[in-house]
Amino acid sequence: MHNILELKNLQKQYATQKAVDDVSFSIEQGSIFGLLGPNGAGKTTLLRMITGIFYPDSGDLLFDGKPFDPQNDFVHIGYMPEERGLYKKMKIGEQAMYLAQLKGLSKSEALEKIKYWFKKFEMESWWNKKVEDLSKGMSQKLQFVTTVLHEPKLIILDEPFSGLDPLNANLIKDEIYGLAQRGSTIIFSTHRMEQVEEICDHIVLMNLGKKILDGTVTDVKQQFKENKFNVQFKGQPTELASPIFTIEHQEKQQLIVKINEGYTSNHVLNYLLQQDVLIERFNEILPSLNDIFIHLVEGSKATTRAFQNN
Amino acid sequence: MNKIFLVASREFKTRVQKKTFLLSTIGLPILIFGFYALMIYFQVKTTDNFKVAVSDQSKLFNGKIDDKKSTEVIFSFIDADTAALNKKLIEKEFDAYLFIPNGYNLQSGEPQIAFRSSKALGLMTREKIENRINNALEEKKLLALNISKGQLDSARLENNAISFTTNDGKKDNETKVGISYAVGMIAGFLIYIILFVYGTMVMRGVMEEKVSRIAEVIVSSVKPFELMLGKIFGIGAVGLIQFIIWFVLVFGLQFLIPVIFPEVAAGMQSAPIQPGAMGAVNVAKESGALQSIMAGLAEINFTLIIGCFVFYFLGGYFMYAALFAAVGSAVNEDPQDAQSLLLPIMMPIIFAMVIMTKAVNDPNSTLAIFGSLFPLTSPIVMMARVAHGVPDGVTVVQLMASMALLVIGFLGTTWVAAKIYRTGILMYGKKVTWKEMWKWAFKNN
Repeated sequence: MHNILELKNLQKQYATQKAVDDVSFSIEQGSIFGLLGPNGAGKTTLLRMITGIFYPDSGDLLFDGKPFDPQNDFVHIGYMPEERGLYKKMKIGEQAMYLAQLKGLSKSEALEKIKYWFKKFEMESWWNKKVEDLSKGMSQKLQFVTTVLHEPKLIILDEPFSGLDPLNANLIKDEIYGLAQRGSTIIFSTHRMEQVEEICDHIVLMNLGKKILDGTVTDVKQQFKENKFNVQFKGQPTELASPIFTIEHQEKQQLIVKINEGYTSNHVLNYLLQQDVLIERFNEILPSLNDIFIHLVEGSKATTRAFQNN
Repeated sequence: MNKIFLVASREFKTRVQKKTFLLSTIGLPILIFGFYALMIYFQVKTTDNFKVAVSDQSKLFNGKIDDKKSTEVIFSFIDADTAALNKKLIEKEFDAYLFIPNGYNLQSGEPQIAFRSSKALGLMTREKIENRINNALEEKKLLALNISKGQLDSARLENNAISFTTNDGKKDNETKVGISYAVGMIAGFLIYIILFVYGTMVMRGVMEEKVSRIAEVIVSSVKPFELMLGKIFGIGAVGLIQFIIWFVLVFGLQFLIPVIFPEVAAGMQSAPIQPGAMGAVNVAKESGALQSIMAGLAEINFTLIIGCFVFYFLGGYFMYAALFAAVGSAVNEDPQDAQSLLLPIMMPIIFAMVIMTKAVNDPNSTLAIFGSLFPLTSPIVMMARVAHGVPDGVTVVQLMASMALLVIGFLGTTWVAAKIYRTGILMYGKKVTWKEMWKWAFKNN
């Protein structure tokens, strides 16, 4: 699988602060990539460099194997920024046509694709409405359509689900999967960890302009696991104590144990069988991304994004 | 280029389709024309068939005031004393009467002539009656002094008793100078209005994009510079179309006036061929002025003026629109912020207006020459000089230099504005000062 995007030592500095500091990673084509980080971590700046709005101070950006050329590559990128908006007084159909044509589509191509997407999202009757008459969720849907309309190779979505009800969020989520299956790459920027866990293949975590974590969701979880296991059993609990593990938490018929150094899960099972415990369930507890995120970011004094304005 | 066109056509279409555009473009000239027509209407129709009975006891007028065939005021002679006249006035046999007492002395004006009407006269009617009677009396007085009409006419000094010429031997016509003054003033003032109205329109457009947060979506497909230029071109096209429509409407409606008011048309045609009676002297004078205005207008080079107007309209607009766009990009939701940032842009425009009022009087003063060369003021000031013609008002070299400087100025402001715009359009939440804008323009990579 080849990389659609490669970042090499990317740097961007504002007046006093480094917004993006020596960041390198690559994104495989067709994957759903999560860019995570607290507010002010430099995500938006990084995305603006990837979309060609900002130029990096130093470092290389390869798009589809070639040096990134915003002038020509913009047609292959669809960007839905966090600060989104549409022309309020413009009719929805005209607005979609305008944005599609700006992305290089001809009039007839644009019309055809808009009709396809509007039909899919049941938006056909909106054509002559004005944006100011739409609800927030509706305009969010419109925004998503205008982002993916020109079938970009790289789709960048900054907080795409904010303001959407679960029904519409699912609709967009299914589309994201569909687009990835058809070969589009999706960069998904958020701080909603449960969504990342569900959707993303690969994540990068940024803090204070630096990359602090890079890997697939499973790898990251493995990397941060604490050898905790959940045991569910039948019958009366007995006194359990062993050098193999320490009990972290005990309920009526449930036990959370942490395996000590030098032992494996089989040792625990063996011990429990010897104690005549009737085991119903035995599984490893992996940390949630949320826990990892908090663990990594906490204490590092996540800055506010105020510095961006200097 | 294609994208600039796309942006421009969106700007153009959304504005032209608005109701306010139709209202201001078509409604305004019609409204002005309506006022104009109303004024003419009242002037033409103030009095109609106002009957004045003349009781000429001293046989001064011999049954005729003058040769005027007016339907507004009709004089009819009767022989009656004041008591009988008063009675008839109450019975509404006529609207007013003029009583010239027996033994009226032309030279001393004693005993006084009496005029009485059933109700107070309107200003226009009163003036018309007064004029005709006074003219008639004046003629009688002159005749009593043995001065004939012909003698009087030859004694009057014509306007062209002194011949004004300039160094190059050209005739320096007073009316032409007056017309140049008016044309220069109007053209300069129009450009002043254009700079403000369309400049503000550009600024509002930029602010709208910023406030509605669409700027970031757009600049991911269009370079900020292209977006700014597209906006400026689109709104410039709106302005040009609006002006062309106004121009056509105003001139078109002008031709409607004689159709609506045949009296005006008739008056215009019959005025110059009035017989040489004293009463016609004023009319002849007026029509003479009209003719000399026409002659003056013919001497003005309108091709040059209209050509220059379009050039300075567009040049000035492009130069200032870029600056207005830069301010718009730096402003946040609060339109109040725009006020303080706009001041440095508005100063040169107002300054130019001041120089312009001086330049129409003296197109070759140092101040006028400076103002017409300096790009920030030249669009307004040069119009005042061009109205006086080439080379009277401005030399060819100066005109060329001014145009070249304006183009350079336009490129310069656009370059600076583009850099401010680039940074400003994505900046939220913070109030921006001129110092910071300066930094964006000159210190950014």
